[in-house]
Amino acid sequence: MWDAFGFEFVNFYLIPGLVLGCIYALGAIGITLTFGILRFANFAHGEIMMSGAYIAWTLMTLVGAAGLVIHPLVALPFAAIFVIGLFLLCDRWFYKPFRKADTIKIVIASFGVMLIIRSAVQVIWGPNQIAFVRGISQPNAVLREITADWGAMIIMPNKHIWIFLGTIVLVVALGYLLNRTRIGKAMRAVSDSPDLAHVTGINVDMVIRATWIVGGVCATAAGVFLVMDTQTLETTMGFRMLLPMFAAAILGGIGKPYGAVFGGLVIGLAEELSAYPWIGDTPLLSPGYKTGVAFAIMVVMLIVRPQGLFKGRSF
Amino acid sequence: MTPVLSLNNLKAGYGQTEILHDLSLHVMPNEIVAIIGPNGAGKSTAMKSVLGLLNIREGSVELNGENITDTPAQKVIERGISYVPQTNNVFVNLSVQENLEMGAWTRPSGVEARLDEMYDLFPDLSEKRNQAAGSLSGGQRQMVAMAKALMVDAKILLLDEPTAGLSPKYRGEIFATIQKIKNTGVPILIVEQNAKQALGVSDRGYVLVDGANRHEGTGAGLAGDPEIARMFLGGGH
Amino acid sequence: MEAYLGYFLYLLSLLTVGGIYAIFALGLNVQWGFAGLFNAGIVGFVAVGAYTYALLTTAESTFHIGGFGLPLPVGMAVAMAIAALIAGLIGLVCIRLRSDYLAIATIGIAEIIKLIFKNETDITNGPRGINKIPRSWEHFSEERFYTSWPMSWFASPEQWEAFFASLPNWYWQPLFAGTILLIVFIIYKMLERARTSPWGRMMTAIRENEPASRAAGKDVTKRRIEAFVIGAAIMGLGGALFAQHLRLIEPTNTFDPSKVTFLVWVMLIAGGSGNNRGAVLGAFLIWTIWSASELLIAGMIDLVGAVFSTLDPSILATRAGFLRMMLIGILMQVILQRYPGGILPEVRPASPKAEKTTAGATGETK
Repeated sequence: MWDAFGFEFVNFYLIPGLVLGCIYALGAIGITLTFGILRFANFAHGEIMMSGAYIAWTLMTLVGAAGLVIHPLVALPFAAIFVIGLFLLCDRWFYKPFRKADTIKIVIASFGVMLIIRSAVQVIWGPNQIAFVRGISQPNAVLREITADWGAMIIMPNKHIWIFLGTIVLVVALGYLLNRTRIGKAMRAVSDSPDLAHVTGINVDMVIRATWIVGGVCATAAGVFLVMDTQTLETTMGFRMLLPMFAAAILGGIGKPYGAVFGGLVIGLAEELSAYPWIGDTPLLSPGYKTGVAFAIMVVMLIVRPQGLFKGRSF
Repeated sequence: MTPVLSLNNLKAGYGQTEILHDLSLHVMPNEIVAIIGPNGAGKSTAMKSVLGLLNIREGSVELNGENITDTPAQKVIERGISYVPQTNNVFVNLSVQENLEMGAWTRPSGVEARLDEMYDLFPDLSEKRNQAAGSLSGGQRQMVAMAKALMVDAKILLLDEPTAGLSPKYRGEIFATIQKIKNTGVPILIVEQNAKQALGVSDRGYVLVDGANRHEGTGAGLAGDPEIARMFLGGGH
Repeated sequence: MEAYLGYFLYLLSLLTVGGIYAIFALGLNVQWGFAGLFNAGIVGFVAVGAYTYALLTTAESTFHIGGFGLPLPVGMAVAMAIAALIAGLIGLVCIRLRSDYLAIATIGIAEIIKLIFKNETDITNGPRGINKIPRSWEHFSEERFYTSWPMSWFASPEQWEAFFASLPNWYWQPLFAGTILLIVFIIYKMLERARTSPWGRMMTAIRENEPASRAAGKDVTKRRIEAFVIGAAIMGLGGALFAQHLRLIEPTNTFDPSKVTFLVWVMLIAGGSGNNRGAVLGAFLIWTIWSASELLIAGMIDLVGAVFSTLDPSILATRAGFLRMMLIGILMQVILQRYPGGILPEVRPASPKAEKTTAGATGETK
């Protein structure tokens, strides 16, 4: 079975698709939570994610200047603190004033926040690409040996293993938070019905803060994982991620974090697999159009099944 | 004796529109009080004014003699007023038990013990505790909503049309439960469309017309009043 | 005298680009101000208009399909038509979506449009873009125009050459600016008429209370698609003029969403959405601020560069551009929070409730 076809398919299409899917999934969690609990599409999410990656890189560079090399995953929690702070400040300054107004006002405000953050990053770090952790990533030798012995060689760099593990840890932790903790249940309750949560006496402001914190951690992870994967920091990457992340959130059903994870994986796989030569020798879809795949899936979903695969809220 | 809850000469409404023009009512300890009246008389509005959900222009709301006019909903609830809205009154994606836990949000301690008490009071819910509230029947949802509201040590329970849209069988069950709740020592203010049945379980009742109370009296007294019967209770059965 | 000419030409370029943005803002006003449709993909329709115009009117080229060398007005008309056609197709599919979904969908559409222009290199020359796009009035001095009908009918090429040599090289600038201002004025007049017509009042009614309008038997979806299509056509025309102004367009930097979509939104919000005069005013005002801030910041860079000689002035210059964008973003937030109606808030035609509407969502009782 494991001929050239399988080797190529798994290593060059399936695994990269899953890696991309993990990144989309983590980003989409934040989007779906904000959409479900605060009831608006946060267009600034991608930019906040991007700024998290820049902050992680800066931390690594600063520590590196002191002669200490740290793994991006070590920098991640510290970057997450900045990102959470950024989310909370944005909420306080730009979103909270509109909480009782038309949702569309908040959406416009988030549009503005998107621009402010991107410009701020461009002012601070400049518009050019920055290399993130130089060097060629070697495939994990142990994994390659073992799988080669089984007759199905998998060449997977360590960074991909870290991304998979990191995603699994975060998704499991999220599941625990939402189903086992008081604040997590309250998040689900507010997502279910904000009005009822209000008259039940749930501290909605606290739930909103928790939402930004959870979204912030996931967004930072998504940003750092993305630059670990592509090994370049770009100021446009947040905007580029926005559409696939929204597509993932809509596919999974708004307000459904697990749906968002599933949606992210589907979108990531679909983008990579669309470039596979399914028919003949040429890619099914020119790689230039990869980003269009997410959009196509999203539009089809919005028309055919706006509540998403997991029966999320449909507006 | 001070009333648990009293609304004094209330003028209130949404935004610019005034719905309550001059409303006064009170609930004494250990009492079930019903508000009845035609559609659009402001029955639900009266209830929402207690929770600080709308603009109160004149008059006051008092809880155990303390002025709570214009207190935000969350604070009102923390002070012991529990409210069950008419529709959309359970978290459909949460399990029954999670719904009750959410009801206990403002409860400082003893949630476990209170849960047990609630399952005693609503035995039907006990076996459904891990089921999503959205999967229950209308009557059971109403039970969840009431249990959820009682998770705190409520000084008073406000029920907004608890039997709306329910079958007669469930209606009876709900009214029986209301009686049971009263026996645990929680006074209840209830807004009802099914005036006859509501007055049947109530100690006293108010008839609301055009945002002001028109008649008041004992439950049985109002139910027996021919004029009221003709006006609001419908012809015969 | 030289200095005054410089100022004059600067003023003309302000009016030119401000006017083009005013056209975009008027287009958005039809969609958002009239119909409440959140189009976050303005840049897509602008790009469609620009590319259509460019391909139709440029001289034949080996880099891209055509150019077809068609007369300029034809290029502009077709640019409008194609933008309208695409908007119509999108409208049929997406117009029913809730406003934030429509925003996501339109962002996506704009990105896909740019993706197509970037990838279909045989047609559009891909990332390298289309060059030598004829600009109104200036194009008369191009050889291919004065050697062909109708110009050749009036005078010989030599005579034309002599004529253009006698003109100052900026002769086209006032004419081009004037043309754009005239177009702004015509669109403004037409939209004002539309706004006060039964159609415009119906749009207001639909935006304010959709269920009631539906119940009253109005075809809400159809009206919305109409507004979307009309707005897109105006944006397409603006795109054609944008292409004329730039003369070189390429998919990525020319059609940067933050400089087109976003700036137009800021303009409309600042001017007052729903108000055509506000849209025009906002466009000129924000464009002036945008341009003036460039001069201001350039001056500041000289100052900073002089004080901190270690900083590279060229890096400062690029960074400063982004600082301007950031300030525009903050300006928009301030307007949104402090002056939600904009400079010229919407005035309803024959609506007795005109004053109350600023109070916001009071009518939404649940």
